Amino acid sequence: MSDILVLLDHTAAGALRAPVRELVTLARTLTDGAVHGAWAVDGAEPDDAALAELGALGVGTVHRLTSDGDLHVAAVLAEALASLVAATGVGTVLATSSFENKEAAAHLALATGAGVVTDADAVERVDGRLVVGKTVFAGTWTTRTAVRTPLAVVTLKANSVTATDAPAPAAPQVVEHATTASAGALRVRLVSRTERPATGRPDLGSANVVVVGGRGTEGDFTQVEELADVLGGAVGATRVATDEGWIGHDAQIGQTGVTVSPRLYIGAGVSGAVHHRGGMQASGTIVAVNSDPDAPIFEIADLGIVGDLRTVLPQAAAELRRLKG
Amino acid sequence: MKIVVCVKHVPDIQSDRRIADGRTVRDGGDGTLNELDENALEAALALVEAAGEGEVVVVTVGPDDAVDAVRKGLQMGADAGVHVVDDAVAGSDALGTARVLAAAVARVGEVDLVVTGMAGLDGLTSLVPSALAALLDVPALPLAATLEVDAGVVRVTRNLDHATEVLEAPLPALVSVTDQTNEPRYPNFKGIMSARKKPVETLTLADLGLDAALVGTSGAWTEVLESAPRPAREDRVLINDTGDAGVRLAAFLVENQLA
Ligand SMILES: Cc1cc2nc3c(=O)[nH]c(=O)nc-3n(C[C@H](O)[C@H](O)[C@H](O)COP(=O)(O)OP(=O)(O)OC[C@H]3O[C@@H](n4cnc5c(N)ncnc54)[C@H](O)[C@@H]3O)c2cc1C
Repeated sequence: MSDILVLLDHTAAGALRAPVRELVTLARTLTDGAVHGAWAVDGAEPDDAALAELGALGVGTVHRLTSDGDLHVAAVLAEALASLVAATGVGTVLATSSFENKEAAAHLALATGAGVVTDADAVERVDGRLVVGKTVFAGTWTTRTAVRTPLAVVTLKANSVTATDAPAPAAPQVVEHATTASAGALRVRLVSRTERPATGRPDLGSANVVVVGGRGTEGDFTQVEELADVLGGAVGATRVATDEGWIGHDAQIGQTGVTVSPRLYIGAGVSGAVHHRGGMQASGTIVAVNSDPDAPIFEIADLGIVGDLRTVLPQAAAELRRLKG
Repeated sequence: MKIVVCVKHVPDIQSDRRIADGRTVRDGGDGTLNELDENALEAALALVEAAGEGEVVVVTVGPDDAVDAVRKGLQMGADAGVHVVDDAVAGSDALGTARVLAAAVARVGEVDLVVTGMAGLDGLTSLVPSALAALLDVPALPLAATLEVDAGVVRVTRNLDHATEVLEAPLPALVSVTDQTNEPRYPNFKGIMSARKKPVETLTLADLGLDAALVGTSGAWTEVLESAPRPAREDRVLINDTGDAGVRLAAFLVENQLA
């Protein structure tokens, strides 16, 4: 089976993003060949810690991908990846399902004649072909899609795979791969890119636990944050909460915000509108705290609590602290 | 300035959406203009109004019903519509759809800007805007939270998972917009009346000179093998807070190894 290339998302400081561990773990199950990593050099370099982590996961080669264009521009990144695909002869490219990566995936697919599937939650090889599982219609339907082309580009949702280290870790080889962007790709100019400051909490898109506040918080996220912190989780919000300016727009979960599929989702003062459900319905366990027994979110909640979030959340946080000692 | 807005006719997000034979069922009669495309239309109309000149053309690809999405765009204020309808288009994947749209936009001709919604609220792949830009060979500026056009240059700001970016490119270009970009206008009575007289061109793949083998099921690079409604969650528990719900929540989390 042909080799696999994994796009190595990393922070501006050069740390691997958590979902990359899932991608590499998945890649190992899809090939008996090698797993290559593509590190887009955007200022941050693959340092010793990142390389050690990648080696433990089973990445044999890390390609230090550079371009004379800005690799944050999707068309530039896609051209660089296409060049790397040609050089390595990989049959599959895996990336995390961020909007940026999906943009690059579209360009890459057209440039290389690859079938592309986004927002996958499972990938397997069936009779040589990649078969990709994903949910559609706001998480209400599941589908399985086969890729019909020799090259496949798949973006994977976070928390779809349990990341594990490889049986035989190795020190990855670092290989240079310098590329030149086309005049077409260079037409897009990245005027500025401002990284969001770290919150100290896990990333919303890949957190195992997400606690979400909606209109019911009436603007006070203290209790949502407190419970998230006890659980080591991320804080999310509905569009109403972000529109009101109670929390940054980047916290919005839903069809037009971040898609989350944590092991545990807790919605507090969230009605469960269909636009919101589209971004969280695939979560493992769903808990809802809402004062209205008819709130639609109760239809999809494993545990529904009809009550006031202002008393339920602090009580749960206090009890969890007590249990943990 | 000539702007093309690509719109999609999708099953109403509030309705019972279904898939059969790998395709979205579109016969429910509850099809509607993809909500996010209203933001695209609003953005285009506002740009033409601000420029004091120009034209907005709405383009859609889809079965007969899909013309309703074009009509809605005309009612909001667009000047003309194009509807590509051809049985051979059915079963297209995102890239196939982009191919048809690209041919339709090229046919409109001398387009300065293409505006789309950030995603279709059915498939939600977000692939079409970038693929369409690549096929048209114009720069792509997706996920615009704000956009402005000045002296032949389009500038957008976009909010990504980890960063905020400002992108710029010369026209012609493609922009996709989010629901944060603007507040779409409602068609008024005058708009609804005048929409009836606006031209809508109906085209087939042959009219576009597009090889049917490149689109539809035959041209798709991916193939939906199976689809099924997700089973309802079992063992759902609903409790009323009688003073100890927080304690019970904590116990539930510990029991299920979630805390
Ligand atoms: C094109 C489009 C895209 C959209 N995209 C998104 C999206 O991506 N994400 C998103 O979230 N929304 C999105 N929306 C908005 C969405 O339709 C809903 O309006 C929104 O999700 C509702 O947010 P909410 O649940 O916080 O508020 P509401 O629907 O007002 O619900 C608030 C809930 O809080 C409960 N409550 C009040 N006080 C308390 C209390 N003290 N304790 C417990 N419960 C309490 C109430 O009973 C109520 O159920 C979109 C809308 C459109 C048109």
